Amino acid sequence: MAETYIARSPAIAARMLGGEMMIMSAVDSTFFTLNEVATLIWQSADGYTPLSEIVERKVCHEFEVEPEAARVDAEHFVQELSQHGILLVSDKPIPAATPGSAEQR
Amino acid sequence: MTLADQFVSAAEVSVEIGGMPIVLRSTDRTFRALVETRYSAYLRPPETASFVFEVEVLPDHLLPREDGENDLRVWKQDGKWWLERGDFQAYLDPAARGGRILQSASPYAIDSVLRIVHTLIQAAQGGFLLHGASAIRNGRAFLFSGVSGAGKTTISRLAPPDAILLTDEISYVRRDDSYTACGTPFAGELARPGENAMAPIEHLFFLAKGPQNRIDPIAPADALRMLLRNILFFADDAELIKMVFRSAMEFLGRVPASRLTFYPDVRVWDLIQ
Repeated sequence: MAETYIARSPAIAARMLGGEMMIMSAVDSTFFTLNEVATLIWQSADGYTPLSEIVERKVCHEFEVEPEAARVDAEHFVQELSQHGILLVSDKPIPAATPGSAEQR
Repeated sequence: MTLADQFVSAAEVSVEIGGMPIVLRSTDRTFRALVETRYSAYLRPPETASFVFEVEVLPDHLLPREDGENDLRVWKQDGKWWLERGDFQAYLDPAARGGRILQSASPYAIDSVLRIVHTLIQAAQGGFLLHGASAIRNGRAFLFSGVSGAGKTTISRLAPPDAILLTDEISYVRRDDSYTACGTPFAGELARPGENAMAPIEHLFFLAKGPQNRIDPIAPADALRMLLRNILFFADDAELIKMVFRSAMEFLGRVPASRLTFYPDVRVWDLIQ
């Protein structure tokens, strides 16, 4: 099965506030608040680490969730954010995306 | 002063809102009289200018968009901001600190242009204009933000005599060492301009009407969502959206925000000291 690679779009603004990740699309002004799991996936979206590895090594490790349930949730999350141009998704690594492409604190 | 200088001065009106004097230069005496009347509390000597606009007042049929199209468009092109609506076309060149306005004789045209220009200027400086009433009490400013019908004009009408009303419609937030609220001439249903005064911002309230007066905390995410909903910004421009987001985040990092539920009588102001 092909791997999925995800990267944060440069066309967004994002910051941590009160323990939650706030993201605003600079394309359509859509505003998102991410929960802890989604924030971890978001922070791990470096364009190089496959989504399956993010789920297995980070999400399952930190949140004690079943791998299959975590994978399904992660795929839904990635699909939704990619529809708003907030995450870039590819079946190959995304070299142009760097961890610093999205503003974060 | 030379004769030429006198002529130029006579053709200029400087309107200072938020400590930002904008000179409107026009040969149209009626337009200048309109500006002097409408913004009488905000006039400054023309020699003080942060930005200078050449203004040309045209008959409606000579405006750029006589097709009746009335939707506002604001976009950036070649370093200039362009503003267009049925009753005006204008540009702001931030590098040249000025621009040009073609508009109808309507006072609403210049009012809208000024709001947008201030929004664009403040966005670059960490400030913003906000749908909200604001007032100064005991030397500190309080913002009351909300969408139409939330109670901005109502709480303004209920303000006690010691409160200095800055606006019942569009609050002006400037970022200096701290955040400052400034009076604006942009009036809502109260139909009177705000006082030309400013003070450091003490608190931001999001308004809601209810059976009793109370102040409740707001989760940071909700405060940010509501603030972003009420900040004026007109352009579908990625950099501008990022700037507004940053400004909102930084503002909420320094100014406390709460929900103010109020029953429309004067006692609500007992909570705002």
